[in-house]
Amino acid sequence: MLRTMEPFDPHDHPHAHPDERRLATVEPGLHAGHARAHADVWLSDVSAGYGDKLALESINLAVEAGTLLAVVGPNGAGKSTLLKLLAGLIRPWTGRVEVLGHPAGQQARRVAYVPQAELVDWAFPVTVEDVVMMGRYSALGRLRRPGTADRRAVKEALARVSMADHAGTQIGSLSGGQRRRVFLARALAAEPDLFLLDEPVTGVDATTQEDLMDLLEAEARRGKTVIATTHDLACAAQRFQRVAAINRTLIAHGPSSLVLDPEVLARTYGGHLLVLGGQAVVLDDAHHHDEAAGGEPHFHEGGAQDHGSALPPRRRSP
Amino acid sequence: MDLLLGPLEHAFFVRALLAAAIVGTVCAVVGTYVVLRGLAFIGDAISHAAFPGVVIGFLLKIPFLLGAGVAAVGTALAIGFVSRRTRLRTDTTIGVLFAGTFALGVFLFSTIQGYVADLFSFLFGYLLSTSAEDLLALAILGGLVLTTVAALWKELLYATFDPLGAAASGLRVDWLESLFLGLVALTIVISLQAVGIILVVAMLVTPAATAQLLAVRFGRMMAIAVAVGIGSAVAGLYLSFWLDAASGATIVLVMTALFLAAFALGPRTGLLARRRSVPA
Repeated sequence: MLRTMEPFDPHDHPHAHPDERRLATVEPGLHAGHARAHADVWLSDVSAGYGDKLALESINLAVEAGTLLAVVGPNGAGKSTLLKLLAGLIRPWTGRVEVLGHPAGQQARRVAYVPQAELVDWAFPVTVEDVVMMGRYSALGRLRRPGTADRRAVKEALARVSMADHAGTQIGSLSGGQRRRVFLARALAAEPDLFLLDEPVTGVDATTQEDLMDLLEAEARRGKTVIATTHDLACAAQRFQRVAAINRTLIAHGPSSLVLDPEVLARTYGGHLLVLGGQAVVLDDAHHHDEAAGGEPHFHEGGAQDHGSALPPRRRSP
Repeated sequence: MDLLLGPLEHAFFVRALLAAAIVGTVCAVVGTYVVLRGLAFIGDAISHAAFPGVVIGFLLKIPFLLGAGVAAVGTALAIGFVSRRTRLRTDTTIGVLFAGTFALGVFLFSTIQGYVADLFSFLFGYLLSTSAEDLLALAILGGLVLTTVAALWKELLYATFDPLGAAASGLRVDWLESLFLGLVALTIVISLQAVGIILVVAMLVTPAATAQLLAVRFGRMMAIAVAVGIGSAVAGLYLSFWLDAASGATIVLVMTALFLAAFALGPRTGLLARRRSVPA
């Protein structure tokens, strides 16, 4: 089965003229300096990559506080690289990255980053509770052990993701959806101002996706900024306020209804996108995650471990 | 009873027992991280790299621990440096440096006249000839390693489990990584005396691997590893004494037997557990 978006009819679109559509994807009426002052995340002419391989080029992007932003694009488009730049995990080759008013990485305690599920060693001897407690570590500081307040925060975070009953479970015995819930709980327990989530809803069932998006929406309403990469264009269209479409460069950035139109998607996904009878269909394999940086461990498990995934395997043809 | 208490009348046996227990503890604690990070091969490399340090130390008449320590830490850092500078995979770099440094040790060793008798003890340990000074150095350095791990407990756990998440939350993961390799090098150097260059990797890896078969929590895994480490060190030493066999090898054999037992009987991976779950 293929992932589909809402049926699309260009004549219904509020900005039917192609040129108008393209204009609408540019930040309207915001002076660069103004955008920077009001932004939680601000990138100016940023290029970045791994080794000698360029992954992102000339990215200009300002994300205001309280935004729920989806980063979409094909595999290898640089979505994960963008998140790593914002998390301060890699440095830009050129340009500037500012997060919460400081160079990326300096406000680490106010940022929660959740890696792709493939980068986690699920055989690791930690329980659900242990993982969520890690969200509290940076605020604790050196030499201090978690206290009552930390245990309470962990409990609350687990309750919010409906995983309170699994606190003592080893993470490897969880379903795919439960694993994503636990890592979101870890981010919530850190009480950050900025959430950076790499594929938070990939490989999860519909219920989990709705639950996780409800939580992220609530955080955004409280003024927190949420930036999540996703392969799921339907989810991006329905649940995110804004979308940044990238494929090495920033193709478009703006309200999700304007960015997710066939023209922008065609430019983002190239040959991997098909528009059939008013439906935009992405022909990518979400489980083939972006190419990892050198030296990054990957943990693949044999057997059918992802009980939480309700999506059947995707094929290239309908 | 005499069988257990008899050997304790010899001071050398008591010293060996204490040394074995310290080494068993320190190796199990550090080994827990080594196993979870998949660094077993690095441990093997560092131990072999200590060999030229030992020989050079002998030639220059400096303490054994110093020579071995410098060589081990130097190689650990060199592995990281070469891997970062080239497109080679880390295991390739380790393979090259590990064989190269060990060859240097053998080469230097072969040029020394009248030193051949001690080769066996360097390669396979000389627990029963532990001196009081050796024991003191072991206790101090072992205590240093354990204190460092205790102080950085949660940081090391986070960085081992999820290096990206840990770095993003502000932990200095690169710094922790170097410090950890330093701890591995130090642990190996102080363990050389017990089991020697060839078998030291077993002291690091086997108790932790056994524990991972049995535990689902990190603290529990480390506790089991320590129990296996101390238990097999003590039992192995007694066995070797009774059987008049090489002590290091006997300790490693006991550990391996415990690992196989855990594999066969363990709650999740064990053959029995699997058989039990099938007919249901």
